[in-house]
Formats: sequence, C-alpha cells, structure tokens
Amino acid sequence: MNRIDAKFTELRKQGRSALVPFIEAGDPDLRTTLKILRALAQSGADLIELGIPFSDPMADGPTIQRASERALKKGASLASILKLVSEFRRYSDIPLILFGYYNPFFHYGVKRLTREAKAAGADGFLCVDLPPEEGRELKQWAKAGGLHMIYLLAPTSDAQRIRLVTREAGGFIYFVSVTGVTGSRRRFEPGLSNLVGKLRRRTSLPIGVGFGISTPRQAAWVASFADAVVVGSALINVMEKERRRDDKVKRAAAFIVSLKRAMNRVVKKSS
Amino acid sequence: MPALADLEKAYAKARRDSKFRRDFRTYLREFAGRETPLYFAERLTAQLGGAKIYIKREDLCHTGAHKINNTLGQILLARKMGKKRIIAETGAGQHGVATAAVAALFGLKCEIFMGKEDTHRQSLNVSRMKLLGAKVREVDSGTCTLKDAMNEALRDWVTNVRSTYYLIGSVAGPHPYPLMVRDFQSVIGQEARRQILAKEGRLPHYLVACVGGGSNAMGLFYPFVKDRRVKMIGVEAAGWGLRSGHHSASILGGKVGILHGNKTYLLQERTGQISHAHSIAPGLDYPGVGPEPSYLYDCGRIAFVSATDTEAVSSMRTLSEVEGIIPALESAHAVAEVIRLAPRRPRKELIILNLSGRGDKDIDAVVKFLGDKL
Repeated sequence: MNRIDAKFTELRKQGRSALVPFIEAGDPDLRTTLKILRALAQSGADLIELGIPFSDPMADGPTIQRASERALKKGASLASILKLVSEFRRYSDIPLILFGYYNPFFHYGVKRLTREAKAAGADGFLCVDLPPEEGRELKQWAKAGGLHMIYLLAPTSDAQRIRLVTREAGGFIYFVSVTGVTGSRRRFEPGLSNLVGKLRRRTSLPIGVGFGISTPRQAAWVASFADAVVVGSALINVMEKERRRDDKVKRAAAFIVSLKRAMNRVVKKSS
Repeated sequence: MPALADLEKAYAKARRDSKFRRDFRTYLREFAGRETPLYFAERLTAQLGGAKIYIKREDLCHTGAHKINNTLGQILLARKMGKKRIIAETGAGQHGVATAAVAALFGLKCEIFMGKEDTHRQSLNVSRMKLLGAKVREVDSGTCTLKDAMNEALRDWVTNVRSTYYLIGSVAGPHPYPLMVRDFQSVIGQEARRQILAKEGRLPHYLVACVGGGSNAMGLFYPFVKDRRVKMIGVEAAGWGLRSGHHSASILGGKVGILHGNKTYLLQERTGQISHAHSIAPGLDYPGVGPEPSYLYDCGRIAFVSATDTEAVSSMRTLSEVEGIIPALESAHAVAEVIRLAPRRPRKELIILNLSGRGDKDIDAVVKFLGDKL
C-alpha cells in the first residue's frame, strides 16, 4: 500500500487531520534539507511535500521563489534530490510528495524519474503546471510504480473540472484555499469550509487545503473541516529569519510543534 | 485553468459572432489606421540588385507596431466577458503601450508588468504607458526581463482572476492565447496577400519576419501557410552569436520543453531550468517561442535563420539611409536577412518583409551601441 493511503487511513481512524509541511529541497543546501526533513518528521508532520526548485516558479509567491533561487544557486538538481530522498528513507517512513514544475521532470525523462523516485522512496508527485489532461504520460508511469498523482482544485473550478480531477487524482485532492499563488494570507476564500464540504460529496479521496496557511490558529481552523493542512511559505519564512543552519532546523521543528498542538485541540467535523 | 476554459469558450463564441468581427474591423481601420501599405522598396531593391523587395509597413500602425492589432481584438473580447481590469506583460514596451492605449480607449483599468532591466532600456515606452493612464509594475524577480514579467502577470491573473483579463501579446502562453493572437494578427497576412496580388498579380516567393514569440511572423505567414510555394523565413535574434551563449534563438539554439503552459522550443539547461536570453532587441529577448512557429518549423514549413545584434543595428542604419524608414531593432533582424537573401535571388522573384515596428523607442540603445560611429 502507498504510504500516503496508509497514513490517511490511520488518521481517519483517529479522527485527525494531517499536517503537511512544504520545504524546498536544497534550500539552504541539501545537507541541511536532510536535517530539516528529519526534524519535521520527528516534530509531528504527517506527510511532507518536498519542493523541486525551478527557475520560473509561476504558481509561487515571493517566499518560495526566493527559496527556489537559493536552492538552484547551490546546485540542487533532481538527481541530487532523489539521492537525498533515499538517504532520508534510512531515518523515516513518513509519506513524501515531490512538488514541482514539469520542465525539469520532462527533461529527466518521466519513465526514469518515476522509476528512480519509487526506488528512492517517494510516494507521489504534485506537478503544478501539468493539468491532468496533459499529464497522462507521467501518470501512466507513476501508476505503474505505485506512485500517486496529486492534482489541484481551486475555488473557481467548475463541475466539469472537479469531475476530471477527482477521477484522475490519487492520494488526496489538494484544494487551494485562495485564488492566487502560494504565500501567507490573512483572509481565505469566503465559505472555504463549505466549498470543501461540497467537494467531499464528489469524492472519497481525502481533501487537503493549502496556500496561505501561516498560523497555528489558521491551521487549527482548516483542520476542523479538511483532511490535511499544507503549510509552506510560513515555514520557509520562519527558517529564513535564522542565519545559522542549525537554528533554521530548530525553528522549523518548533513551528511544526506549535501547528500540531493547535490542530490536536480541534474536533474534526465528520469526514 | 478554469480561467483558460472560460476564455476558450468566450473566444470560440466571439469568433463566430459577425458583430464582433465587424467591430474588430472597424477599430482596426478607425483606431489603428489600417490597412497598412505594402510598400515597394525601390532603392533597397536596386542597391541589392536581386529580388524585388516589398515592405509591409506595420510600423505605421497606431502606437508604432503590429501589437495594436491583437490588443484591439482582445480588448473587445475582455469587454464581452465583462472584465474591468486589464493586465499585460511587455518586453520592448510596444505591447504594453498598445494595451494601455486600448484600455484607455474603452476606459478600463490597466496594469503592465515589465522587467526591471527593460524599464531602463525602454524608458520612453514606460512614460508612454503612464501617459496613457496605465500603471507600470517593475518586475525584479529572476532575470528581470520578459519571461519574469510574464510569470508575474500570471501570478496576478490567478490572484484576481474574477475581475481581470490577461492580455497576452505574443503567440505564446497557454491555449487559447497562441491561437487567438495568431488570428488577430492574421490581418497582416490577409492584407499583404491581397496587396501583392493587386500589385504584381502573383504570390511572393519569400516572406521574411523576425521571431521572438512569433506574433508578427505568424500574422504575416498564417494566411500563406497553404500556398506551398511561398517560402517563409523566420529570423531569430543571435545576440552576440549563436555559440556565445548570449542569444534569444530558441529554435536554432534551444530544445523542446514546457514553460508558461505550452510545449515548445526553449533556451534551457540540460536539467530543464530556463536560461537567460539576450538580444539587443528587448522584444526578442525571451527564452521561448510560440508553439505554432515551433510546429511549422518541425514540419519544414518555416525555415529559421538568425541575425546578430551587430547585423541588426547595421541593417537598421541601411534601411534608414536607403529608404527613409527607421525600423525597430526587432524588425531590423528581418531586414538583415532580406539584405542577405535578395542579392542571391533573381530579379523576377518577390520578397515581402514584415516591418513589425518603428525604431523611435530604440534610438538611445543604438546610440549607446554605436558610440562615436553614429
């Protein structure tokens, strides 16, 4: 069984939502990324999204753009990131999703990528600029390797789009909390919990919510109606404030603990 | 994605709507000043001593380039869709100026994204956009040029998608933009075809146009695609030379990849990271090219050549001195190819050169490039 499915089954039994931190691989460097991954897993993360840096991250706000630029400057590449994943697997069994843009995947070769990602211990892909109707090739290989393709839905997605995504997606559905790019927000889409509720009637897959969630309070609120809470830019912001690498790791762990504690206090509505 | 699906539907409907088509034609005539002349360049032809050269004078369009054709079409569509705010990316600033002009024409709010480097290179166009009531947003992410302006415009669009229309200026970006922009620009080729038949009673042997994203080239070429005997030449910007690593020749010097929602030739590293493009012509300074010119290249329908910064500047001088027309640096790349091609072809053959824009915006850059040699 795919680790993502196993994790959501377990959480469903416990009536809990997943905390899903996002970090950019190779920021500030790959060695530190390994330490951050281990710290996240030990501090209460349930799944991890690992960003693959890209020169033109057009779905991301300034925080992740900066992280991506730093990682590329340090020479992070898909090959070195996959090596990192297999090393991380010596320490943890937490589900891991590779989050990126299609061009680096395409150049690596989707067959080779899925084979090596599987061998390294990744569990799924989220390719932001590859909608399901264009992603058949990657999906075919991913599926053959038992890896999930995770797709996004937005508040503006219509019924037709929802049908397509719920049919093609695996693992969980990633529901974008606001129209826009990644990055901290004060306000979310009005009626977000209703939108998630509506979507729930169309799919049996777990529903994760992300984009803009930055405080324990927001995380707890989202956890009250969604199956997973994704926190990316806010986590990177917290680490950016520290200059020393070890402090970055510590701050990341502390932030995850605070999010988790807040999420554990809420009672989840029926899922 | 939902926004693109909406746009696709709205455009498919508008395309069949005779009132929409009539309005478009009216504004092209009354506001943009079409049709533009197909001008026989007699002195240039005589000097080169070969094929007969005709120049399609898109530089005479309102706002100074072919860009106005597409912005008029899309603004009419934006109005039909009930959008109140227009955003656009721009490199040379020509598309930004054309967008600002049509937004002013219809009283719509307008914001233009422009790479920081380009706002310095093309400060005249920044002032023009501001005079036309648009807000200019300097983009300082990535390489601070056109692709980054496009990234930023896409980010704005997904954020404000309900109120905002994104008016893309080239035959690039996600579907339906490449198709739509090509359709709106096709007026260039439709006119040129009619004009050359009226003047010469036959079709041309060659069509020559510069290619950055490819909007002026597709505009001229598309109505001739089925005329198998008409040869089409796209001229890419070779910058400091194709082997220098400082150029914008995506087809001649790039590889197939995916960026901004389309699969096409891109300048990129082996790992799929997008490279920095360079050209003295900011309108060509983009690491990609539209998917349709890429496809027509793969089919062998369009041949691609290139011209360097130096060749473009010297061709700009030649056309200015010989014909009294100062071309934009972008269009000067096409002029460079015509100067190479015409002497090698017999006098009975006909060449149509697309002069996509005028050179006023480039005077500072050229003066700097030439220094004392001007």
